[in-house]
Amino acid sequence: MTSYIHGEIETPVGPLPRIATKWTHLDRWGALKTRWSVGRMKYRVRPGIYAVGNPDRDSRVFVTGNFKLSFDHLRRNLEGLNCWILVIDTKGINVWCAAGKGSFGTKEVVRRIRIHHLAQLVDQRKLILPQLSAPGVSAHEVRKMTGFTVVYGPVLARDIRAFLDAGLKASDEMRQVNFPLFERLKLIPVDIFYGKQYMLIVPLVFLALSGLNPQGYSFDLALNSGWKPVVNLFSGYLAGCALTPALLPWIPFRRFSIKGVVTGWFVAVPLLLAGTLGISLMEKVSWFLMMGGLSSFMAMNFTGSTTFTSLSGVQKEMKTALPAQIAMASLGLAGWIITRFIFI
Amino acid sequence: MNRFVYLTDVVTLELDVTKCTGCRMCLVVCPHAVFGIENKRAVILNKDLCMECGACAKNCPEGAINVKSGVGCAAGIINGLLRGTEPTCDCGEGSSSCC
Repeated sequence: MTSYIHGEIETPVGPLPRIATKWTHLDRWGALKTRWSVGRMKYRVRPGIYAVGNPDRDSRVFVTGNFKLSFDHLRRNLEGLNCWILVIDTKGINVWCAAGKGSFGTKEVVRRIRIHHLAQLVDQRKLILPQLSAPGVSAHEVRKMTGFTVVYGPVLARDIRAFLDAGLKASDEMRQVNFPLFERLKLIPVDIFYGKQYMLIVPLVFLALSGLNPQGYSFDLALNSGWKPVVNLFSGYLAGCALTPALLPWIPFRRFSIKGVVTGWFVAVPLLLAGTLGISLMEKVSWFLMMGGLSSFMAMNFTGSTTFTSLSGVQKEMKTALPAQIAMASLGLAGWIITRFIFI
Repeated sequence: MNRFVYLTDVVTLELDVTKCTGCRMCLVVCPHAVFGIENKRAVILNKDLCMECGACAKNCPEGAINVKSGVGCAAGIINGLLRGTEPTCDCGEGSSSCC
């Protein structure tokens, strides 16, 4: 279903689709679904050249990847302009990630310029690329290979108008990536679904283990008290993958793994008071270890979603954090299972 | 401005000023304002803000910039460890999730 295509335009390289610049409810629904990880990897646009308005041989050419959300943000900000969009194949991945992996790269840009005959379509020789494609694209190499000059636009599509008005110049603010609260919140759903394949089985195992007691096994015990470990686990999980990103700048320490322990224990305190961590000291300590370790791991995982963590930094952090997280979680689990047999 | 700073003194970014011609491309592509210009040549102003994305090195026509770039992502690093490769996000065809 390509509701964003409105007819065709005749060009020297054959008919090309003309697209709408306004979002419909389908586009909004699709954007919402992809934020919640639903069909995220299939949300794609067919690579090729698209017309916005009534472009001609002198019109500007914007380049983007084929993740539909990227394409949608671009076209929405081109309203009232006459221009071309060259969509390259980034396997449905957003611009920045694709650039980091190389699929939004020099090779693909050059290949698309050639197979879609861009040089026959327009006489001008400038391409406007999103700034965040620069980790994958070498502007001077594209020029050497195709004659097209790459001009890096602003980070955000919403600044395109100002960028054009300023004569293809982006201000310092438009060139910088910030990571405000709203941006962080938008990323949380995808991180929550990170562990989706374990979300049923792990709680079930804990529910089952809750039936163990010094006398043997009790199904009643499992059914009556088994919800407590499930609550503890989900709380620790969400502390790491939702609370930590939301409160990121306000949680002390720079290492994400330590931030995660802080939030994991922060949510463990009310559970301690509510009694879901158990009765004996050993059981409570075991839960602090498990929840701290789990939250720490999930928080560390959020480095992949941030806009500022370096590979060297994450590698340095993980060298100590990963063993510590595994130790915390296994000690906690072992401690908790032992308490099944000692205390009721 | 409120800026996030990750771990300090770990970034691999290097600039060979003798090769720089002052084209300003590194200033254009850097998302964290790491570079500045002094005496018509690039300088590294805020090394600890660098996220090693590699945009500057890739777009320096003189090859004056070096950085070991890659995905600053724990899941990617674990992926790499499990497969014995460089850190990589699992984003190929048919994979179920990605950044």
